[in-house]
Amino acid sequence: MPAPIKIQDQPFIEHQSLVDLNNVGARLDQAQLWWASGYLAGLAAGDSVPAEARPQPEQGLASGSWTILYGTETGNARQLAEILCEQAGAAGLVTRLSDLRDYKPSSLRKEQNLLLIVATHGLGEPPDGTEAFFDYLMSDRAPRVKSLSYSVLALGDSSYEAFCATGKTVDDRLAELGGTRLHERVDCDLDFESDAQSWIETVIARSKQAASADERPFVAVPQLHAITTQRYTRQLPFNAEVLVNQKITARDSSKDIRHIELSLDGSNISYVPGDALGVMAQNPPRLVEQYLQRLGVDGDTPVRLDDHELPLNTALSERLEITRMSRGFLEDYAGATGDQRIVQLLGDKDRRMLKRYLDEYQPIDVLNEFTHAISAQTLVGTLRKLTPRLYSIASSPDANPDEVHLAVAVVRYQAFGAPHWGSASNFLAGDTTSIPVYIQPNSHFHLPKNEDTNIVMIGAGTSIAPFRAFVEHRQFHGAKGQNWLIFGNRNFSSDFLYQLEWQRHLKQGSLQRLDLAFSRDQAQKIYVQQRIRERGRDLYDWLENGAHLYLCGDALNLAPDVHQALIDVIGNQRGVKAENAEDYLRDLKGNGRYNRDVY
Amino acid sequence: MNDTNKNAPVSAVERIKRNSNYLRGTLVESLADPATGGLAADDIQLSKLHGFYQQDDRDRRTERTRQKLEPAYSFMIRARVPGGICTPAQWLKMDELARVYANNTLRLTTRQAFQLHGVLKGDLKTTIQSINESLLDTIAACGDVNRNVMCTPLAEASKVHGDALAWAQRISAHLSPQTSAYHEIWLDGKKLIDNSDHEPIYGPVYLPRKFKIGIAIPPWNDVDVFTQDLGFIAIERDGDLAGFNVTVGGGLGTSHGEPSTYPRLAEHIGYCTPDQVITVAEHIVGIQRDYGDRNNRKHARLKYTIDDRGLDWFVVELEMRTGFALLPGMPFDFEHNGDHFGWIDGVDSLGHLTLYIPSGRLQDDGEQTLLTGMREIARIHDGEFRLTPNQNVIISRVSGASRQRIDKLTRNHGLDLWRRVSPVRRRALACVAFPTCGLAMAEAERHLPMLLKHIEALLDKHAIGQEEISVRITGCPNGCARPYVAEIGLIGKAPGRYNLMLGGNLSGNRLNRLHQENAGEKEIIETLDNWLGRYAASRKKNETFGDFYIRQQEQGAS
Repeated sequence: MPAPIKIQDQPFIEHQSLVDLNNVGARLDQAQLWWASGYLAGLAAGDSVPAEARPQPEQGLASGSWTILYGTETGNARQLAEILCEQAGAAGLVTRLSDLRDYKPSSLRKEQNLLLIVATHGLGEPPDGTEAFFDYLMSDRAPRVKSLSYSVLALGDSSYEAFCATGKTVDDRLAELGGTRLHERVDCDLDFESDAQSWIETVIARSKQAASADERPFVAVPQLHAITTQRYTRQLPFNAEVLVNQKITARDSSKDIRHIELSLDGSNISYVPGDALGVMAQNPPRLVEQYLQRLGVDGDTPVRLDDHELPLNTALSERLEITRMSRGFLEDYAGATGDQRIVQLLGDKDRRMLKRYLDEYQPIDVLNEFTHAISAQTLVGTLRKLTPRLYSIASSPDANPDEVHLAVAVVRYQAFGAPHWGSASNFLAGDTTSIPVYIQPNSHFHLPKNEDTNIVMIGAGTSIAPFRAFVEHRQFHGAKGQNWLIFGNRNFSSDFLYQLEWQRHLKQGSLQRLDLAFSRDQAQKIYVQQRIRERGRDLYDWLENGAHLYLCGDALNLAPDVHQALIDVIGNQRGVKAENAEDYLRDLKGNGRYNRDVY
Repeated sequence: MNDTNKNAPVSAVERIKRNSNYLRGTLVESLADPATGGLAADDIQLSKLHGFYQQDDRDRRTERTRQKLEPAYSFMIRARVPGGICTPAQWLKMDELARVYANNTLRLTTRQAFQLHGVLKGDLKTTIQSINESLLDTIAACGDVNRNVMCTPLAEASKVHGDALAWAQRISAHLSPQTSAYHEIWLDGKKLIDNSDHEPIYGPVYLPRKFKIGIAIPPWNDVDVFTQDLGFIAIERDGDLAGFNVTVGGGLGTSHGEPSTYPRLAEHIGYCTPDQVITVAEHIVGIQRDYGDRNNRKHARLKYTIDDRGLDWFVVELEMRTGFALLPGMPFDFEHNGDHFGWIDGVDSLGHLTLYIPSGRLQDDGEQTLLTGMREIARIHDGEFRLTPNQNVIISRVSGASRQRIDKLTRNHGLDLWRRVSPVRRRALACVAFPTCGLAMAEAERHLPMLLKHIEALLDKHAIGQEEISVRITGCPNGCARPYVAEIGLIGKAPGRYNLMLGGNLSGNRLNRLHQENAGEKEIIETLDNWLGRYAASRKKNETFGDFYIRQQEQGAS
């Protein structure tokens, strides 16, 4: 039983309430305390979060259930795990069986009872496909598992030096993380049958003992949602530690797209799927260098910005917009230099040339083309202020507590004979260990309030990010609504972002339909709008049956093309003219059923 | 039958075959699934009987898992070439498919077949259709059925060769699966409306395991007839094919650490006349269908059926089924299981040129434009091509006038390697292994050139550089390159580790012995240095390395 609360340590609960709480605590037995903890947690959750966002109890928390995990190379471990599962079930234990390849490593923190059967292959490596689990387990992110009871059955071949290495590793690591062995690890050689069977019998017997000794009534303890207002803003961002920076396009891809995981640990930041993350980036150092060279000055040169004096270096890397073009910059640069060519460009009736400058140039290209000897201070006066970059969040906060994930396309290209970079993407993909961030709520792009509502998600490239969050979130909460993803990118083999996760969702029933358009896999380019037209009948049926439609992606090409495809489909299916189809879509929008996040 | 397996459940593959409705499974759905470049798990097994294997680039597996991408799946398609004989038109078709749909390489196998590697799922159908249009096919090239039927490709007594080859082709056709699923899925054949499909020889579950047949024409044993489930040794009388000695129960595949699995050479059971060959083959397949172990795939080859029940039982069962008794075996003599490089004159005044193809891999690499060279030759050649059991190719039936042009093309494209490389290199075999073969535990084809460099240096050091010692390396114990009958065999256990086997012979009728287990390259080279040195110093006249090793072993050397 815990010690009574020390009253002087708790300034945020009034004195009398604390006295009451201590008194109640002293009167309850262990089982009652467990119940009360759930009750109070439920009360807290009910007060602070809307009903639909309240976390549901989930499997894996129950102290009366056993999770059986296997890592298999040749199928032996799977076969044994199935036998264990069957025999444990016959013995009256509640079990959940999963391949380590399909198991979400972060669920480990929730496990109470874990039985692992793992093979070792090659010269001591874990089975193929289980790298993610082992990477996580061996990393600093691995959770403490003080309340975990577990046992490991290791399979191997004793003619190798690293006999059963994988089993040993996981056994030692779980102990190191605070877990308790239900039964000592057993290492099996190629003739594993009898050793394995006796391990199976022992762990079942011990699990049954534990189950009957453990009379705590099972109460799901909901996670508490803390603060709902955002503490961190673009003015005062949170420094999020980079946990993962993983390229998720293949070697031979034409794109470099990163999956970034950031830690929100200790921030109390909350968000919902559909929200965006604001990133306060630092500009690429090599680009800052180009500006310094162009000006012919040192980075230490002091400049004034917003009534503060700071080194030019700092101003260029942290305060000023040096990658994005703007009309304002062109005007101010023309004003500062008196360059009539730019003045003329800005005033020209034919906007095509100006558009070209705005679309294709970065400020440095303008400085290089319209060369003038200007001072550092003058340049600072012409540049805009650096603004945060927004990325659609790619994670469900409930499935990934204290984390936020992004899908980031790294912008890097050659133009005007010099390398060019995007600002935030290179910052995120670089070797920075901490990223200043804040949440930018995006309320028009949230999941339907009703979890039973079907959704259709359309996107291309990194605009898949919010849909990853949607499906992950709905799966986590066991939402019954059906999910249909229509996704496009360049090549199937190298650019199918989060392919393994979508396959898992399909297998587990958290994604019902998946249509893919890979533009460069064949001579004739295929985009998502073609798939929309091909699946017109079904898509219209989904809409008629109340599905919500989500479109995320580039405003210039994708959004208008998809919109046109939708108009065509609705027109065809209803047998009406384009205007009426527009009306139909407008109604959907009005009812919050056609949601767009285009940029 | 093995008693321990009597009550065991049938193996998973048996269930898959049984439920497949004559090899249909869900292949059509798998091909149409856009979310993966692979097939559904059960279809991966069934696809083998259609002649292709799902593989992936194992060099990139871990990298791609981290990238949240599935393995880089592609397919190996094997085209059957009974007896290894094909026309220039067929060669040109395979060459084209290799360049358009595969990875720009064409591989000749140790069973005289063609392999295409790196074909993507979306291109499978077109590729298989094209192979069939060229009158080759892929069905039964892999899987639990009778595989490509082998036949000694070159014999100066061409009358015997022609007849033996014709029997190889007839056996192949007779034992081909009859399911209409193949036509339905790949060739847009009509869908059967009733469930009238049937397999007169195999039945709905096919064989318990692969089944291999080879015909050897003495004195050549290039097909390694004793490694085949069923072997026929052609017996010549007065220049004509008189009949065949029959051998059964050969098979090399084993599993590491499982002493119940072992390589086994075939045994003689008698002699049959040519017109009995089909009946004998069909009923031996039938015995294996009915008595082969369907519970344990590692114990399912014919060799175990025979060892479990006895050879006498087998012969009685066979004679009961065929209704005739085999005659006593006829004398014959095997001299060699390698190839004879260079020009040979056939009896019909046509020439045959055997070319050395490293590991059977035809590709363009710098000066060595083997794939292009063979294409150029196929364009002007009006004879045949013959694929050898040693992964080489014979340009066959060349008229006197064409010899010079063909010689010139071989020189221009580096196809005259046989003139320039050492005898040990010319005889060496390797299976594919990494990065595509899913079974590989160690490198084979990619490692062979380096291994041979070391061995050539040792041979030179001991002044025996002209010895034709056979070296065979495989990435796993399944035995695709027949390493168990090599004089020096390396069988992969783990990256950089092999079981070193020594003591095979030239006629392929002796298994080698495990000399060193789980050895690294350095240890292997040291061992070979020692043994080759002893061989050079104290061999008898005309004694081969394998024979020397065995003699020493039997005299108690270590």
